[in-house]
Amino acid sequence: MNKLALKDEILLQVEKPARYIGNEVNAVVKDKSAVAVRMAMCFPDIYEIGMSHLGIQILYDMLNSFEDVWCERVYSPWIDLDKIMREEHIPLFALESQEPVKDMDFLGITIQYEMCYTNILQILDLSQIPLLAKDRTWEHPIVIGGGPCTYNPEPIADFFDMFYIGEGETRYRELIDLYKASKKKNESRTDFLRKAAKLPGIYVPMFYEVLYNEDGTILEMRPTEEGIPKVIRKEIEMKVSDTYYPMKPVVPFIKVTQDRVVLEIQRGCIRGCRFCQAGQLYKPVRERDVDVLKDYAIKMLKSTGHEEISLSSLSSSDYSKLSELIDFLIEECGKNYINISLPSLRIDAFSLDVMSKVQDIRKSSLTFAPEAGSQRLRDVINKGLTEEVILKGAAMAFESGWTRVKLYFMLGLPTETEEDIRGIGDLSNKIAATFFETVPKEERKNGKVQIVASTSFFIPKPFTPFQWAKMNTKEEFIEKAYLTRNSIKEQLNQKSIKYNWHEADMSVMEGVFARGDRRVAEVILKAYEKGCLFDAWSEYFRNDLWLQTFDECGVNIDFYTTRERSLDEVFPWDFIDCGVTKDFLKREWGKAMAGEVSPNCRMQCLGCGAGIFGGGVCYEAKN
Amino acid sequence: MKLRIKFAKFGAMRFIGHLDVMRYFQKAIRRAGIDIAYSGGFSPHQIMSFAAPLGVGLTSNGEYMDIEVVSAASSEDIKNSLNKAMVPGIEIVSVTKLSDNAMNAMASVTAAEYTVRFREGYEPSFDWAHLIDAFYEQPSILVNKKTKKSEVEMDIKPAIYSLKAVVDRNGTAVIRMLVDASSSGNIKPGLVIEAFMKEHGETLSQFALEITREDTFTNTGTAEMPVFIPLDAVGDQF
Repeated sequence: MNKLALKDEILLQVEKPARYIGNEVNAVVKDKSAVAVRMAMCFPDIYEIGMSHLGIQILYDMLNSFEDVWCERVYSPWIDLDKIMREEHIPLFALESQEPVKDMDFLGITIQYEMCYTNILQILDLSQIPLLAKDRTWEHPIVIGGGPCTYNPEPIADFFDMFYIGEGETRYRELIDLYKASKKKNESRTDFLRKAAKLPGIYVPMFYEVLYNEDGTILEMRPTEEGIPKVIRKEIEMKVSDTYYPMKPVVPFIKVTQDRVVLEIQRGCIRGCRFCQAGQLYKPVRERDVDVLKDYAIKMLKSTGHEEISLSSLSSSDYSKLSELIDFLIEECGKNYINISLPSLRIDAFSLDVMSKVQDIRKSSLTFAPEAGSQRLRDVINKGLTEEVILKGAAMAFESGWTRVKLYFMLGLPTETEEDIRGIGDLSNKIAATFFETVPKEERKNGKVQIVASTSFFIPKPFTPFQWAKMNTKEEFIEKAYLTRNSIKEQLNQKSIKYNWHEADMSVMEGVFARGDRRVAEVILKAYEKGCLFDAWSEYFRNDLWLQTFDECGVNIDFYTTRERSLDEVFPWDFIDCGVTKDFLKREWGKAMAGEVSPNCRMQCLGCGAGIFGGGVCYEAKN
Repeated sequence: MKLRIKFAKFGAMRFIGHLDVMRYFQKAIRRAGIDIAYSGGFSPHQIMSFAAPLGVGLTSNGEYMDIEVVSAASSEDIKNSLNKAMVPGIEIVSVTKLSDNAMNAMASVTAAEYTVRFREGYEPSFDWAHLIDAFYEQPSILVNKKTKKSEVEMDIKPAIYSLKAVVDRNGTAVIRMLVDASSSGNIKPGLVIEAFMKEHGETLSQFALEITREDTFTNTGTAEMPVFIPLDAVGDQF
């Protein structure tokens, strides 16, 4: 067992010391003298959240399968330990070896949401690595960013030596070999980065410059050297049934958000919801072979001892072998008292039947995500869910004994009117009415139905048809939330409906980071220096500090959020090719404005561009 | 069949709290393929109970849990299977079979033996190794025990069955004590040391002590004439 990086006095005074000691079941400990390359993989949020992320578990498993590499994990120290580490100048350490991150060859950071940007700086700062890439030398690890936010890496480009754009299974081996060769030949760090920049999927910000128009929009982004690619195409693993997947995921001691075996059944989504970034980024849909999944399930349950297994995908109902897989799991898990959790299922007769088998109906709730209150607006966003389908699903569920329904909506969608917003109250009310119509009085448990309607504020994201959309102002958001609340209060069944809404201030910041450019980096750095940290945690989000910093840096928030963008504007992320073309997104934006829906990938190919990857759903019919 | 499992907890595992140790064993039992019995009801759980919770930061050579199994080959087999499913810092020491009418682990606990070390830099300035005998020989040892509402003065002497300075394996002087660990009269070792230091005009720092629970005992004698035996002495190897 390794000596712990933190002394007992510190571990005994911080909350949940188990976050910092490593030593978990299936954690990989190697002989450091026997490996050539050491790597720390980081999720820049607390342990409980970071440990719930499948991507890092996949990369951790893959990298440790390389004999010459030892990959460890690191997460954000919580506020209490952060303070002590700063006071005592303790360098941030990786969990397995308990040794400083600054002594590693690589620090990989997965960037899953925009509000973690200051946490990235905390990781670098506590590791005693210069915050700006330009200040680093061979003394410091190569800092790599990955994950969905790197599809617009520009607001954080200054902090990273490189970004890996796309799925991690494909290029790490080459990158590591390049690194080893560079080290062996005593090449400079810049030489190594230059070579890395020529690898597919690798973006090295230092070799690019951005020229701006007078109005602040981008004129051009261009490589500063010959041989550096102008466009970076995302990396993608097309053989999803024959690649890395962790048969022995690390099992945390403390309860984490995703405390179960996670079976990723497919990547991508056939549905083209126009607000959804993941739906576009991970195209095309690639299903995992059902027999492979059955084998994984058994092995992972055995190696972890978890008492629950969950299916993971953007839309599980679209997996073609779903019923075969679920039948197998019910049979297999039933023998061993293992629970099955089935998120992201569309509510229909099949899913209700399955859910009644695997869940306690009395305790579970049904989830619908209509996203918009009216059919008109649902057509605009291409959410193929109709009121009829929702009410029919709810009626079936109520007949089977469910009494709790969760509804998710967005406020601030393009073209939204007061009528669309009022539709949220109307729909919630109709669901409640359906309960009273379906379930006779004598059969009502506790006599009531519970409907929880939640709204979040719509934030336009890169690589979606709504990337041209104007975002609402904070004031508009709040006004819309009040309107929603009031429209719910006017309903006949308002006593059965509870309403929650998301914070507006944080949504505005997320809007800036999502579509920001390199000029936003200075604001993030300064806000961090002023004390902004754990911005995704509402109790630590300091809107006053953020606004003050934007002001001081002379960076205009509205430029990034509420500004009308022309169809020919050059976006900061245009240099990335995620398969889906800008022309396709423009067509979809046009259809949205006309209120026209588009079919999903299985119904009809829309020629989005993802066919270029040569597989998945794009070629299903042709096989 | 009821089994009593004795385990040691040390190293980094001392920072894993009681509830998480329970969760850890639930998963370990699945990994080890132990044929454990489950409760009935809609959400069945493993039939498992622990003797006495160990505070975060303490190590132990004598922790116990009872489990109910449907089948088991032998003490040795269960012990080996479980040890293969452990992480460094938890080790299964023994597995014994209990009679059907045996009292459960938690209810059986009457006493626990502890070794207490002063962490480097936190040693008392007085000659504690020699003065501890005189401290224990007093007719009463009064401490202020905080309850939810108030502080009450109580005599903990009757709850201390033995208290002495000894030399450990490494030749270091340590304090060894056997104290009440029952649910109604549990004494934390820190409370005893705090009283000892207070008597010599010193205060106990929060991080001064390194404490190891050496074993957990049940009383086979009477309340007046206790005979303490380790919890696993109740069961039999099989």
